[in-house]
Amino acid sequence: MASTTKARLDQAAEAGQTAAAADLSRNSSQVRQPRGSRYAPGLSNRLRNMLRAGIGWPSAALLIAACVLAPVAALGWFALQGDSSHWTHLLQFVLPTAMTNTVLLLLGVGVLVACLGVGSAWLVTAYDFPLRRTLSWALLLPLAVPTYIVAFAYLDILHPIGPVQGLIRDILGYDSPRQFRLPDLRSLPGAIFLLGFVLYPYVYLSTRIMFSTQAASLLEAARVLGESGRSVFFRVALPMARPAIAVGVSLALLETLNDIGASEFLGIQTLTVSVYTTWVTRNDLAGAAQIALAMLAIVAVLILAERHGRRKQRYAGNQRARAMCPERLSGLKALAACLLGCIPVAVGFLAPAAYLLNETLKRLHQVGVVSDQLLQSAWNTVSIAFCATLLTLACGLVVAWAVRCARQASSLAHRLAQAGARVATTGYALPGTVLAIGLLTPFIMFDHVLAAMLQLLGNADPGLILMGSGTALVLAYAIRFMAISIGSLEAGLARIPPSMEQAARLLGESPAGALRRVHLPLLRPALGAAALLVFVDAMKELSATLLLRPVNFDTLATWLYAEAARGTYEEGAVAALAIVLAGLIPVILLARTQFKMSR
Amino acid sequence: MSALLALNGISLAYETASGLVPAVRELSLNLDKGSIACLLGASGSGKTTVLRAIAGFEPLRAGSIELDGTVLSNASTRIAPEHRHVGMMFQDYALFPHLSVERNIGFGLRRWQKSRRSARVQELLELVGLQGSGHRYPHELSGGQQQRVALARALAPEPELLLLDEPFSNLDVDTREHLAFEVRDILKKMGHTAILVTHNQAEAFAIADRIGIMQEGVIVQWDTPYGLHNNPANDFVANFIRREALMAQRAQAYLRGEAAAAGLSGG
Repeated sequence: MASTTKARLDQAAEAGQTAAAADLSRNSSQVRQPRGSRYAPGLSNRLRNMLRAGIGWPSAALLIAACVLAPVAALGWFALQGDSSHWTHLLQFVLPTAMTNTVLLLLGVGVLVACLGVGSAWLVTAYDFPLRRTLSWALLLPLAVPTYIVAFAYLDILHPIGPVQGLIRDILGYDSPRQFRLPDLRSLPGAIFLLGFVLYPYVYLSTRIMFSTQAASLLEAARVLGESGRSVFFRVALPMARPAIAVGVSLALLETLNDIGASEFLGIQTLTVSVYTTWVTRNDLAGAAQIALAMLAIVAVLILAERHGRRKQRYAGNQRARAMCPERLSGLKALAACLLGCIPVAVGFLAPAAYLLNETLKRLHQVGVVSDQLLQSAWNTVSIAFCATLLTLACGLVVAWAVRCARQASSLAHRLAQAGARVATTGYALPGTVLAIGLLTPFIMFDHVLAAMLQLLGNADPGLILMGSGTALVLAYAIRFMAISIGSLEAGLARIPPSMEQAARLLGESPAGALRRVHLPLLRPALGAAALLVFVDAMKELSATLLLRPVNFDTLATWLYAEAARGTYEEGAVAALAIVLAGLIPVILLARTQFKMSR
Repeated sequence: MSALLALNGISLAYETASGLVPAVRELSLNLDKGSIACLLGASGSGKTTVLRAIAGFEPLRAGSIELDGTVLSNASTRIAPEHRHVGMMFQDYALFPHLSVERNIGFGLRRWQKSRRSARVQELLELVGLQGSGHRYPHELSGGQQQRVALARALAPEPELLLLDEPFSNLDVDTREHLAFEVRDILKKMGHTAILVTHNQAEAFAIADRIGIMQEGVIVQWDTPYGLHNNPANDFVANFIRREALMAQRAQAYLRGEAAAAGLSGG
């Protein structure tokens, strides 16, 4: 309606048509002559408009956005502090290898996830075969396995004297690993293989939704125009899915860039690993910050690719679309399709999960109990993830509500709030190590100042207060996962018509009162879902946790990392299984919400 | 007696990427206590914008809005919607889905004493003919019943002025006319002052004491239904009234199954 208004009024204005302004004192039905209109209020009016336009919520949103940006700013500042000898050392010895490894890893993983994701999405969309329904959600399962866990599991599964290679040797009749062994998993191709098989669901998910919500009529049209199944895929489906593929691949690559565990276990010296070792073993903060900056450049490219993809996707309406009718396969073809669809699930989820389950049962059988340290780290994980969830939800609510309120307040407030939201939701793209280095420096400085002040007041040295209490960790989780809570709450709010808060306001409630009495109760499902997703992601987080955790504080993920680093695989499997089981919850939630309409 | 509501030369505009787009131009009107007015016009004529400005959701570019001698809005200040003593019935009713009918109606009475509040809720349930439905939830009600709850909720805090935004547009034709008369009876019985916004002439004529025909952000004629019909101020009004009347007539004929007679055969 707004556009018709605009069109009409534009027309009217251009034609120089002066509309009649009627003086509407009672009983008068005559029309007065127009006096010309003025719509440009004076400067002071504009200023006053700005002030009364409800700047409070947008300001809070901007403050949160600033907190998300702060670590990046700190990073830049510290990178500049390093002297030039650092730079030459980095340029000569660290960056070339790390950069090459990282770029090759990203390229390999990108190609693999695109092939696996698009292929599996097309398989379950275009063809009907036994297990298709099961596969259409089971293909998401590898999302539950973090990269460091899949590497942890496969190092053992594919060990030269492990079960798989042993079986192959038995079949082929060899009796020693010297005579026959598979290529070593501790290599770049090995890392690409493992990361690809756990990260492809990002591509699968976005492409599958694309295919099933809007492909039907176009694909059927192509069919009617005489294209065969294969050429429909290459000529229509694939080009159409390009934005969705871009989104999925960028997300998978951000995850690859974030990964520290898998590359470390597999011995690939990536940028992430270099940041970690530069700080932890060489104690060189400026150097770590410099490498982190190089990573940020890659992140920026990936974000741009993702945003570009999303913009193209937006115009693809998805409400009324009907799912395409899959082609029924029979006999050998059906069997082949079924096996093909099972491969990614088996490699990315079933094999590692079965391995972890088996190891856990073996361990429990041998020892009977899990150690106190493991229980302690489980408790640490849950409690810190809980704090992070609370903070993340609170910030997400402020930002989402600010965007919502500002839409009605004024366009300036709206622009501010939207800018805040956009910045606050980029935290997910910051690799954990980069974020950690960015937070580390300000926090340590702050802690030193605090300690000095307390000592001046006659206290004993309190040590690092903020770092030691895990505050930095909670903040890092909140920054990294804020996009989840903002996105989920914005979607939840979008389902509540604006007349709801208008009604509440006219019935005497302030904006905050409307939020409390109307929107919060209506948002309960969105809040629940967001809480679950953030909680599980915080539980799984490894790369930032490694750098920011307080001394002698282990989460399940860092416990597993330490076990793997020591080569003592004793209780690692138990911790890993716990993380995978927790990771299954959001996958189930995702499968239920995403595929409700497109079965 | 001075007017309860006075709009003094108000101008409103939308901010778009390409600049300000005027929506309402120097519009003035006065409304007496106890009377029911209607802004009638096609979509895009600015009538809903006027209503939203009175409710406090739109900033004024120029002019002022006064209620009972108090300035609610002018170009520099805007009293918050919650402090205006204005009630509004929304096009989609905006009933809170998580609250029962009783709690919806009592929403604006949070500061009232509990006994007084429940007495007021019962009184309103009776007024709109929904006794015994207080414990039900909005989604369990028919469109007409939801509309009555919305009316009761808007009237509950005893607003000085009631705004109705296309209140009957979500109802089927039969219920619509019936309810328009019913709403008028309720408002008149309680002596409420109200402004209705609609594009439907039949509704306007059924409910209003005074009608303003809106076109491109101005009121082209402000008159009684009788006056509009018999002395249209210009061709636009005459055409608008006639076309609307004709369409209403045709629609009614069509509903009665006389499509051919109404000239709609083959459509």
